[in-house]
Amino acid sequence: MSSYTLSVNDQNHTVEVDKGTSLLWVLREHLGLTGTKYGCGIAQCGACTIHVDGSPMKACVLSVEDFSNGQKIKTIEGLSENADHPLQKAWIEVQAPQCGYCHSGQIMQAAALLENNPSPSKEEIKAHMNGNICRCGTYLRIVQAIQLAAQNQ
Amino acid sequence: MLSTSKNNGTLNRREFLKSSSGIALFIGASGIFPALISCSDSKKIQEQFEKHAITAWVKISEDGQIIIYNPASEMGQGSMTSLPLIFAEEMDADWTKVKVEFSPQESETYGSPGWAPGSKMMFTVGSRTTNSYFNTMRTAGAQARAILLHAAAQNWKVPVEELSAENSVVSHNGSDKTITYGELIPYLVAVETMPDVSEVPLKASDKFKLIGKEIPRTEIPSKVDGTAQFAIDVRLPDMVYGVLERGNLHGAKPTLLNESEILGMEGVIKVVPYDYAIDVIASKLEQALKAKSQLKIDWSSSDASGFNSEEIYQEYEKIAAQNQAGEVITEEGDVSNALRNASKVYQADYKNDYVYHAQLEPLNAVIQVSEDLQNAEVWVGSQQGMDTKLGVPGVLGIPPENVNVHLQYLGGGFGRRSLSDFVEECAVLAKEVAPKPVKLIWTREDDLRYGTYRPMSLQRIKASVDSSGNINAFSHTVVGDGGNLVASGIQNDHYAIPNQFADWRSTTHGIRLKHWRSVGHGPNKFAIESMLDQIAYDQKMDPVDLRRKLMANSPRALATLEKAVEISNWSQPSPEGYAKGISFVEHGSLGTGVCEIFLNKETGEIKVNRVWIALDAGTIIQPDNVKAQMEGGIIMGISSALKERISVVNGQIQQSNFNDYSLLRMQDSPDIIETVLIPSGETPQGVGETATPMVAGAIANAFLQLTGKHLRHMPFTPERVLEALDS
Ligand code: FES
Ligand code: FES
Repeated sequence: MSSYTLSVNDQNHTVEVDKGTSLLWVLREHLGLTGTKYGCGIAQCGACTIHVDGSPMKACVLSVEDFSNGQKIKTIEGLSENADHPLQKAWIEVQAPQCGYCHSGQIMQAAALLENNPSPSKEEIKAHMNGNICRCGTYLRIVQAIQLAAQNQ
Repeated sequence: MLSTSKNNGTLNRREFLKSSSGIALFIGASGIFPALISCSDSKKIQEQFEKHAITAWVKISEDGQIIIYNPASEMGQGSMTSLPLIFAEEMDADWTKVKVEFSPQESETYGSPGWAPGSKMMFTVGSRTTNSYFNTMRTAGAQARAILLHAAAQNWKVPVEELSAENSVVSHNGSDKTITYGELIPYLVAVETMPDVSEVPLKASDKFKLIGKEIPRTEIPSKVDGTAQFAIDVRLPDMVYGVLERGNLHGAKPTLLNESEILGMEGVIKVVPYDYAIDVIASKLEQALKAKSQLKIDWSSSDASGFNSEEIYQEYEKIAAQNQAGEVITEEGDVSNALRNASKVYQADYKNDYVYHAQLEPLNAVIQVSEDLQNAEVWVGSQQGMDTKLGVPGVLGIPPENVNVHLQYLGGGFGRRSLSDFVEECAVLAKEVAPKPVKLIWTREDDLRYGTYRPMSLQRIKASVDSSGNINAFSHTVVGDGGNLVASGIQNDHYAIPNQFADWRSTTHGIRLKHWRSVGHGPNKFAIESMLDQIAYDQKMDPVDLRRKLMANSPRALATLEKAVEISNWSQPSPEGYAKGISFVEHGSLGTGVCEIFLNKETGEIKVNRVWIALDAGTIIQPDNVKAQMEGGIIMGISSALKERISVVNGQIQQSNFNDYSLLRMQDSPDIIETVLIPSGETPQGVGETATPMVAGAIANAFLQLTGKHLRHMPFTPERVLEALDS
């Protein structure tokens, strides 16, 4: 076991875990940030999407030791103060989630898009979001919500 | 309804509670009851029942907050809103003050009518929730209202007939007196006798203020900020973790070869053998997973050994060709005779491979068993079951009332969570480590390989037309494992064909199977709707005209057909390279769907571009949510029709995760899914499983229009499409 200090949602957290432990388990089971989900563990579904220094990454395939050097990690819990990010508001407005399990990851992935491209085209949205699976089939509403958030920003 | 109601029109509380079971009232008021009644503590509820009961469905507090219980699982289909909404409608509650909680898992009180007459159950399956709870929730809501009005009448000393209620406010017609539901609470406790509410009148549908309106779903805000709690998110002090290695050969028995090595690994607490798996319990999840990856296991052979899913279709064809019928499902008129005397006979086989649920939250549960092993707390995302305690009492050998189930949100169900195998597994572990709580997690690989699939099947359809081109015989044989799992949806309730026959012929391969969204409807409707279009194509008829004739005696089905034709601009040809196909499905609700596809003839890839659905689901509770169910059902239908496939070689499941089991992604999704809901005052019907089975038939029928060729083996992978084009 080793000790690692992570900066998550602007707070430092120290955890005692084995080298090689995935960042996803550290966030969920050690730090209790359970908004980030486990869906596949092999970077195929996007349920675990977080931001590292502003870029969307799949936490399930990241090792804790590589992300304890001051990188700024952001999870869905840290996306906004009062769940009032334009995407979160748009998500509610279009009633995007069904089971909701994929949506933390969807929103984090979408947030990274709008950071770099405030008014993406439909094709750009689809390409950017293609790594995030939604088994309940809410894709059309996700596209709608991203377009709406882009408008409202 | 209330058999013990007295002639004077009142009941005392005890009698009321005893007699009213599922519709018992239980209005708890903080401030009156020192302990707030928690919906997760069924024992406490039972105690409160004895003491102060008013309604089991609703709690009101003096500030006007109303908590309504939802007795069904919430897996994205919206029960967390739709059922309480029906209750609030009849209660005349102020919806803005309503909070929804899961009810305790007690079917005597919270069940809806079960399959056996007079029985009750809590089972979120078969798209039955809204349909089966509609009257239960309306009646319970109206009863809560009646009790509140009764308390106001007693307080004001006026006849109850002079009172009305709206938005949680009771008014006296004839004076300007008003009182809110919250303000009534002190008077409720003072009410010594209950009114007889066994025959409360229900609202006329034109008075609905909530039902049928655009009301946002209650739990959605928690699903955009990470706070919605799924069972996999539950964390308890001292919790340990369990993972199981189940191999990829269903039914094989494991022998662990390196137990001492595993027990020596960091964090490992125990190794627990099951008949079909080896479990590792460790302090931390990552330790359990690491140990799991190091297990050396010798697997026995099983009933599935030697089974190859691709090759078995030849066997299925032989079974379909036998003269001996299987279990007969439909027999009307004389099919053999009609086929013999027909002017033309059509025959085709349709096939479908195994598909996997792939609910995005892998199976998991958290269970804590008390030190004396006599009580258990269970946190789980479950579609519930005939046993509302999900098999845990059986595993622990304790009475059901000692098991407390805390239902959590489900990260998808689709039928997989109607089986409690994972809950029972977790109970075994919890007993091993009691009183420590244990979280059992299935990895995606576990969830997929040890899945319970929609069975593969082969459908042989023979149909004929008479000399005027009318379909006069339809014979449908399905070959596959699992009875209703392959046979559901084989009937044609809305097609007037004078001679019909359907049978199921059994096979078995030792592969685990379960209801998968729409069950047998997916493959069966694909086969039926494809055959109809084959006939129409050959007879040079518009597929819509052919269905119009068949639906002549089913005006509601026909109305969905006409509406779908209208909104899809059916008669308008699609652009070059595109084509439309149509398909009809009944699954509680009735729906006609039209898919427009684009075919890449070079690669064999099919893209569904636009989809239109006309749906008759009776009274609609939440219109937008019904549309969401159509959208989701269509996406899952496209995914399974084009991509999804579990294959088995020598009994071993060949896929393991989303890298080799593909689901439809955003770029492959249609641009538009448009749904029109046909206005109706009839009983609400399920909507969760009507869209999915429309898709394969509509795609195959569009493909036929575009190419003159048939797609008859799901999924329509590019290789199979190219093969069809070459045929
Ligand atoms: S869990 Fe990380 S991508 Fe699926
Ligand atoms: S909403 Fe269920 S997986 Fe996306």
